[in-house]
Amino acid sequence: MSTVKLTVNGKAVAVDVEDRTLLVQLLRDHLNLTGTHVGCDTSQCGACVVHMDGRAVKSCTMLAGQADGASITTIEGIAKGDELHPMQAAFRDNHGLQCGYCTPGMIMSAIDIVQRHGGQLDEATVRTELEGNICRCTGYHNIVKAVLDAAGRMKVSQAAE
Amino acid sequence: MGVEGIGARVVRKEDKRFITGKGRYVDDIKLTGMTHAHFIRSPHAHAKVKGIDSSAALKMPGVVAVLTGQQIVDDKVGNLICGWAITSKDGSPMKMGAWPAMAPETVRFVGQAVAVVIAESKNLARDAAEAVVVNYEELPAVADVHAAIKPGAPQLHPEAPGNQVYDWVIGDEGATDAAFAKAANVVKLDVTNNRLAPNAMEPRAAIADYDAAEEHFTLYTTSQNPHVARLVLSAFYNIAPEHKLRVIAPDVGGGFGSKIFIYPEEMVALWASKKVGRPVKWTGDRTEAFLTDAHGRDHVTHAEMAFDANNKITGLKVKTYANFGAYMSLFSSSVPTYLYATLLSGQYNIPAIHAEVVGVYTNTTPVDAYRGAGRPEASYLIERLMETAARQLKVDPAQLRRTNFITTFPHQTPVIMAYDTGDFNASLDAAMKAIDYAGFPARKAKAKADGKLRGIGVSCYIEACGIAPSKAVGSLGAGVGLWESAEVRVNPVGTIEILTGSHSHGQGHETTFCQLVAERLGVPISQVSIVHGDTDKVQFGMGTYGSRSAAVGLTAILKAMEKMEAKAKKIAAHALEASEADIVIENGEFKVTGTDKAIALPMVALAAYTAHNLPDGMEPGLKESAFYDPTNFTFPAGTYICELEVDPGTGKTSFVNFVAADDFGRLINPMIVEGQVHGGLVQGIGQALLEHAIYDANGQPVTASFMDYAMPRADDVPSFNLSHTTTLCPGNPLGIKGCGEAGAIGASAAVINAITDAIGKNNLEMPATPDRVWRTIHAG
Repeated sequence: MSTVKLTVNGKAVAVDVEDRTLLVQLLRDHLNLTGTHVGCDTSQCGACVVHMDGRAVKSCTMLAGQADGASITTIEGIAKGDELHPMQAAFRDNHGLQCGYCTPGMIMSAIDIVQRHGGQLDEATVRTELEGNICRCTGYHNIVKAVLDAAGRMKVSQAAE
Repeated sequence: MGVEGIGARVVRKEDKRFITGKGRYVDDIKLTGMTHAHFIRSPHAHAKVKGIDSSAALKMPGVVAVLTGQQIVDDKVGNLICGWAITSKDGSPMKMGAWPAMAPETVRFVGQAVAVVIAESKNLARDAAEAVVVNYEELPAVADVHAAIKPGAPQLHPEAPGNQVYDWVIGDEGATDAAFAKAANVVKLDVTNNRLAPNAMEPRAAIADYDAAEEHFTLYTTSQNPHVARLVLSAFYNIAPEHKLRVIAPDVGGGFGSKIFIYPEEMVALWASKKVGRPVKWTGDRTEAFLTDAHGRDHVTHAEMAFDANNKITGLKVKTYANFGAYMSLFSSSVPTYLYATLLSGQYNIPAIHAEVVGVYTNTTPVDAYRGAGRPEASYLIERLMETAARQLKVDPAQLRRTNFITTFPHQTPVIMAYDTGDFNASLDAAMKAIDYAGFPARKAKAKADGKLRGIGVSCYIEACGIAPSKAVGSLGAGVGLWESAEVRVNPVGTIEILTGSHSHGQGHETTFCQLVAERLGVPISQVSIVHGDTDKVQFGMGTYGSRSAAVGLTAILKAMEKMEAKAKKIAAHALEASEADIVIENGEFKVTGTDKAIALPMVALAAYTAHNLPDGMEPGLKESAFYDPTNFTFPAGTYICELEVDPGTGKTSFVNFVAADDFGRLINPMIVEGQVHGGLVQGIGQALLEHAIYDANGQPVTASFMDYAMPRADDVPSFNLSHTTTLCPGNPLGIKGCGEAGAIGASAAVINAITDAIGKNNLEMPATPDRVWRTIHAG
């Protein structure tokens, strides 16, 4: 057992976990943050994507201990109260989700994509960048639309800040 | 149409919880005292279980129990059932071997469970499973249908000699032979419809909770049809009588057919919960999904089509071998028979059809309904035949289809189905216009100059949805009726709850079903809630599959609404001292037509519940229910056209354009309908280009993870150009046909027709991987 100290959605937490505990298990089983999902065993599907120190990571593919001292943001931590993150709003407005299972990972990856590419996003880039997130419902058409839409919204909201 | 009524592109009500991480899936649920199950699964495709030694595992920390297949048999838990009886051409019933929830004696596919460890945590259960020693005696195995039907092949079940489940026929053999005898041209084709893994993103999961004092079970499960699950668990598996078993399917992360079936893991969790006296949770991992979720497709077919001198089809002969895997799954028997062969007429006037389907056991994961279920196999076969015929007869493939389209309705095909309505020319026209079909030769020539092989492929699909008229399916062997139920509850303050037996696992029912209420009553959808997925709340229902929720489920809601409205009008007329016939419902008010007299819905509802001043003899309350049984299948149809380029150097395919023109009848929410088409198209494209569940000759799966099985990713597929042509379905009052499966049914033929057009060679099997395409291009 080890104590892992980290910040999750802005809140400092210390959790005693078995050493083999994965970050996704810490989030789901110990902190009850069940918005982060597990869809495969091989780091392929991306349902588990969260942000660690501002970068997208697959939380099923790292030990909780590797996140010691880090700042983790999950799907539960990106809205400001009732105000949705522009990426969340864009997924809703563009019907970028159906069953919702891949959605948290998609949204967390998509925010990272927009942040890395700034305003230089086009459809082909979004499709290439989404390679690590699998969706079985939407055929990606509306997810791609949502990411491009959100890229515009995030630019506007950054300009406003 | 109101802003939230029928036809409006209303943003989904359910999305808020999904985009904020507040969805509630089975694995998100924790119960006090909950234990965790890990299954011990066979590594062999075929073996005798000689013994199970769990003594070491039982001494390990946190282990509660190790339970085996023999124990579940001793406790008289029933074997898994197949719910659709098929009769072979010799009149004999289909031949099935027993399928116990965990194998006591013989395992017949890799992944079949033989025992389960129950422990305090998932990790501890997994650790202990490593220490359970199972002694197997390997037996020879067989994985594909050709090998399975050979004399001397390893036999799976003594009940099914030759590994044959049934040999079933449909149509008029004599008339078909006569058509071929007179044919001007005959086109022949062999096709394999590749086996697919459904891969809903949420792995299956179950939590069983036994209450010893009440002798009552609660099951949380990833199900498309919780009421059917309860019925089967009660009536056939001896788990508990229905009133002692509550089944809850909360948010479910996709199904595509794979979550229709009641699986061994749910049965074992329920049984084990009673045995250990604590809640038992099982969550599958992705490899377990590949090994145990029912697979789809897996047909091997030879077909011949006869034409007269005017290129009119005169006859069709089909022989299909369907691989069922090691056991007959719940609806498996119906898929290659009544869901496949009944659609072999496609969109065409075919006077004579004869089809024979041989169902075969192999040492592989059981096969059952997967998005489209039989209809993709039929559509792929017919549309590959039409394309092959056009090439052989040297006519334009679109024109050959037009020459043979059914243009008058109703149309009785030679294979049971009576198409009610459609306009196949309209959807073909729309798709050809959208893709600029006429301009294709110039584009092909330009691509050739750039070193690329460009092709165009047409696919005109039809499907039978809205499953289904109970009497009709009963006469064909179905063990259940396929109606739907609904209840409308108007609360005393005028808010509305709609209880439905349909189940949403991505389809957006919480929005579209509210839109019907908004349309009829003029109330905002925020005043309406949809309740589904809990057998304690909704009395009964048949669930969601076969594109049936709008055509059947929503019609049941409409019927209940009509009853509720009739009563509410009586109350309003009484309160307004007007004639009931003069009451109209607008903007949430009951108005006396032609006057300014009105009473708002909440006041009518309150009057119904206070019952201070109701018409004489009227019961208090405002709640009505309805059961709706459709009169026919519905027949969504359309045309998909795919234009693509093949790089002759690598065999890689790149999409140029993909257009879809669908006729789904009336659309409730076009945004959601388009989303269903997008998703279906990508499953069809996935089958055509990427996906294949592969076994080696000994029955070992070689594609049991996302590293080996190619799921479509965002950069594998194009954006789509969709349009709709509309003929209203005459079979239901809303005119709905259903849209859930069309994409998966029609897309794969369009892709393969386009690739074979591009490379100038007709024989190409799915998935058309770059390797396979390159070899086909460069084959002698």
